[in-house]
Amino acid sequence: MTPPRSGQVIAPDQAPPASAPGSTQEDDLRVVGTPFRRVDGWAKVTGQTRFADDLTFPRMVHMRLVRSTLPHAFIRGIDTSKAEEMPGVVGVLTGKDMPEPFGVLPVSQDEHALCLEKVRFVGDPVVAVAALTEDQAADACSAVTIEYEPLATISSVDEAIETSEPLIHDYGDEGNLHKKISLQFGAVDDGFAQADEIFEDVMFYEGSTHLPMEQHAAVAVPEGGGRITLYTSTQTPHYVHKVLATVLGMPASRVRVIACSVGGGFGGKSDIFSHEIVAAKMALVTGRPVKICLNREEVFYCHRGRHPVLMHLRTGFTKDGAMVAQHLKTALDGGAYGSYGVASTYYTGALQTVTYGLPRYRFDSIRAFTNKPPCGPKRGHATVQPRFALEVHLDKAAQRLGIDPADLRLNNLLPPDSITANYLKVGTIGLGACIQAVVDGSGWRERFQSLPHGRGLGLACGSYLTGAGLPIHWNHLPQSAVQLKLDRMGTVAAYCGEAEIGQGSDSVLAACVAEVLGIGLDDVLLCVGDTGLTPVDLGSYSSRVTLMVGRAAIQAAERARDRLAEAVAEKLDVPADRLVFAESRVFDSGNPENGMPFAEAVQRAEEKFGALATTGSYAPPRAPGRYRGSGVGPSPTYSYSASVIEVEVDPETGLYRVEHVWIAHDIGRAINPVLTIGQVEGSVYMGLGEAMMEEQVFRRLPKNRSNALVHKVPSMLEYKSPTFHEMPPVTTYLIEDPDPEGPFGAKEVGQGPLLPIMPALANAIFDAVGVRIDQVPIGPHMIRKAVEDKAAGGDGRYGPKAFPDIDFGVPLMVPTPDEGGDGRATNSEEAGVRKGSGTMADGVRKDSKP
Amino acid sequence: MMRLPVFRLHQPESLSDAMALMASSDGETRLVAGGTDLWPNMKRRHQSADVVVSLNRVAELSGIRGEAGGEVRIGAMTTLAAVAASPIVRAAYPALARAVESISSPAIRNMATLGGNLCLDTRCTYYNQTEEWRTSIDFCLKEGGTICWVAPESPRCWAVSSSDAAPVLCALGARARLVSPAGEREVSVAELYRDDGIDYLTKQPDEVLTEVVLPPSDGVQMSFWKLRRRGSIDFAVLTAAVALRRDDDGVVSEAAVWLGAVASAPVRSEAAEAVLVGNSLTAEVITEAATASRKVATPLDNTDFTLQWRSKMVIHYVEAALREIAGLEQERLAPNHAM
Repeated sequence: MTPPRSGQVIAPDQAPPASAPGSTQEDDLRVVGTPFRRVDGWAKVTGQTRFADDLTFPRMVHMRLVRSTLPHAFIRGIDTSKAEEMPGVVGVLTGKDMPEPFGVLPVSQDEHALCLEKVRFVGDPVVAVAALTEDQAADACSAVTIEYEPLATISSVDEAIETSEPLIHDYGDEGNLHKKISLQFGAVDDGFAQADEIFEDVMFYEGSTHLPMEQHAAVAVPEGGGRITLYTSTQTPHYVHKVLATVLGMPASRVRVIACSVGGGFGGKSDIFSHEIVAAKMALVTGRPVKICLNREEVFYCHRGRHPVLMHLRTGFTKDGAMVAQHLKTALDGGAYGSYGVASTYYTGALQTVTYGLPRYRFDSIRAFTNKPPCGPKRGHATVQPRFALEVHLDKAAQRLGIDPADLRLNNLLPPDSITANYLKVGTIGLGACIQAVVDGSGWRERFQSLPHGRGLGLACGSYLTGAGLPIHWNHLPQSAVQLKLDRMGTVAAYCGEAEIGQGSDSVLAACVAEVLGIGLDDVLLCVGDTGLTPVDLGSYSSRVTLMVGRAAIQAAERARDRLAEAVAEKLDVPADRLVFAESRVFDSGNPENGMPFAEAVQRAEEKFGALATTGSYAPPRAPGRYRGSGVGPSPTYSYSASVIEVEVDPETGLYRVEHVWIAHDIGRAINPVLTIGQVEGSVYMGLGEAMMEEQVFRRLPKNRSNALVHKVPSMLEYKSPTFHEMPPVTTYLIEDPDPEGPFGAKEVGQGPLLPIMPALANAIFDAVGVRIDQVPIGPHMIRKAVEDKAAGGDGRYGPKAFPDIDFGVPLMVPTPDEGGDGRATNSEEAGVRKGSGTMADGVRKDSKP
Repeated sequence: MMRLPVFRLHQPESLSDAMALMASSDGETRLVAGGTDLWPNMKRRHQSADVVVSLNRVAELSGIRGEAGGEVRIGAMTTLAAVAASPIVRAAYPALARAVESISSPAIRNMATLGGNLCLDTRCTYYNQTEEWRTSIDFCLKEGGTICWVAPESPRCWAVSSSDAAPVLCALGARARLVSPAGEREVSVAELYRDDGIDYLTKQPDEVLTEVVLPPSDGVQMSFWKLRRRGSIDFAVLTAAVALRRDDDGVVSEAAVWLGAVASAPVRSEAAEAVLVGNSLTAEVITEAATASRKVATPLDNTDFTLQWRSKMVIHYVEAALREIAGLEQERLAPNHAM
């Protein structure tokens, strides 16, 4: 086998579409596609980057929060009188100071900056204290007394189903079920009737948290004229801005949110957090800058991470391995608040259709409220859990049907430019090339099923959005915008609301501008993530930034280029369309000597037009779905990934070691191959963490002795995440097939490459020792138990036994495109589509009016 | 961040000054060596002190004296990094070097000391938590509460002895020197421990552990295996330390089999030793001894991993340690998890 070469770029045979935004001719690209040093790299490695906790201001005070020590209780009294008398204390706040509810989704406005009447999990914030020093604030917090009236604790989905009282929230679809969904695309029963084989699986995916190195921090600074500025470690400054204005009851123009560089987000800083709002309120009340930096335990309580999901998957196959129908049921343990949960619930079903042909599909789901920190989006959002289930399910199907798992997938690839059964419009699909790359790289054809007992290979695939097609707050506005200011000295300042969270979004923005204007990365000055100065970008989530910011940047830069070209053409007396922008010059392509420096071009244009500034923006194309729930899943384009994992397993102990990961990612085009490969490797690392050991789990003390429900190990020592020792060598292949929607053809890379990792490991373990582990993380004891079970004549499987018996009622029926459907449901009345309580599809209903 | 509470810190430069400060201080007084255990515990408020006497500047407590083949003395304040790097230790007591080198991470080993590791507070996932967290479970028997949540019917605390050096030193028959204002005494390292999660040391509060004395290692074969989730940082959930002598015919004449992290103290398996002594180290004898060793382990649900699996792993880890000594292949235990 040839030694693996990491970072190999593979261009499929077909010619790239000429229409990729920003592209002129491929050979012309000077910055895009070249490995370049990230624009924020120097500051980060030398310690110059100012993270939120690095900031300090004159007269700044420190804040700490008193958090609930009970999992579920009414607040009967709060006594802060002693705390107020403590040395150094300058301010104390409770829930009644900020009674306005909020939530990131319009349909889940169920949080308060500090708890009002109830606490819903251990760690729910109740009181805030600000003092001259952090020690004084902590001491004063200890002097606060809160009187609780405990309520019964709901610790799991099963308990939530069984327990209709007490309610954790007074809203939701049914009892303690926050959300209940049933969608049917096409004549699913007919599909199953055509199947040669029907396979069923029950799988479980444990919850995990983001574990960013940087703990959340915020500094609120009161400004003159009744204004407030909040510096915070956030992925979504725009949403923080909206919520701050609402809860503080201030005009948005008086509230400014500045997203500091984020030391790790992964979805965990895309919500609006209590401490951000309370710091702002405290600054307004005390008239002093207020800082809070959470400790590690509090970061575990903020959470909004991976939902634990139990899944039931039933699929009908033909003898050749084609899927004819599928029924997926998911049950999400949501934790104590809504957060992004309604979107998460839909996401556990939405992307099952975008990889392989699936003509008919039914999806049922519940999300339960439980007395634990709220779950939300983590890298891959809630598409990760059902992807695990599907890819292991396919591996088993391939085995039973006697088809190579790679062929089963290759034979059933969704064709490009499809509209799926659930009305997702898919553009380019590089999945086939991805599978081919990892199959070739790993020696799959020779080695799968042929390695010695204890060693195995597993293959799995995945797909992810390149930006959510619909905004959270439904509207027709652009989802990203860039403003450029051209300076007569040659500097181009780019203003954009995007938030650099380490993924390299600043570098993408600078590269897109530099590429179009033919200038160097150093000539682009960035002003980003500041709601006071920059145009709105919705934030760093759903893998939307490269595509949406990139498109907006290209548009703004092209408009600037057109202005410069007009002025320069006049000056040089050549047609504008013959001008080339490159190497910080503007010149005649027919006679490169005839030209001028970029700065002079700006001056000529400024003489002609006055001060130069341009704007660009981007709104995704409208998706074809018109049914309630169709707002979750659409994207301008989808990325694809495939992975092969090689594992060594000791059947005696169940201990295993991942030996190698081959991964191919359909990137469309890499704006910066080095950053792209970094994101792939980061996804592999995080995926292995979830596959092997990470779990956000809770302890319920014996019910006869205690009502307690606590996070089992809210510390970085005992929350196990892989170290260098566990990280195997990774071989990355980038599949480049430019997509017409992407900037220069680029797709996302921040999340998609995580998806194949967990199922590839489970499949590899089966190849190694012949047992199926139908849940993650995969502990050695599970393998050992399955091996023992198999030796005793059992089926050699470790995993959940059954999916709870839930009445999903009449599903919302949506005929598929093949059945002549138009994207609308045919039985909204009968299916009892609920009004108001439930879904973010309020907007979709409006959208459905022609 | 987590903040240390207010306390008075003394940094004496001699052992006699340290003992004098211990004797004269008012309130709760503690010794600190490297601080890698005490400081985090104090930040979480499950250990507290009004006065802390640091031994960091007491030069006489640092250093390794002796020669391979003879008795070797290791000062209690010798850092783990220094112990692991010592040519004497590596040559004469390779199992000790391996155990010490496996502890936590390089940064911790540069601060933590051998004496500190031997006196390491017992650990439990109900105990090594912040004060707020422990308030949520109404505390536990070891600190502030009345119930051992690991075993609610039990009258005792089941926190776990997590020192990696302890089982090896027990197996090697090492002794510990304890000095107090009243005089000094030497006990075997095994006698330093008591199988009680709270009162886990027999050392008196006014005694200072000053030195570990290792007997000559000539002819001793030894091994140490450790189970934990990751290849670094994590405390052990199981360790197996074995030391034995074989006569010229390969028959085992002396054997010591010790387990760590499966009880509140290092535990000895006399049953395993009895299987070994008088026999050659064949694969069958090793399996029988390893199987016999499982009985003394009492893992409970207060560390990483499931207790049933940890209990099963005792056999595999003792077996691996013995097979290593015997020069047999050690199956395919994933190396990251062993050593």
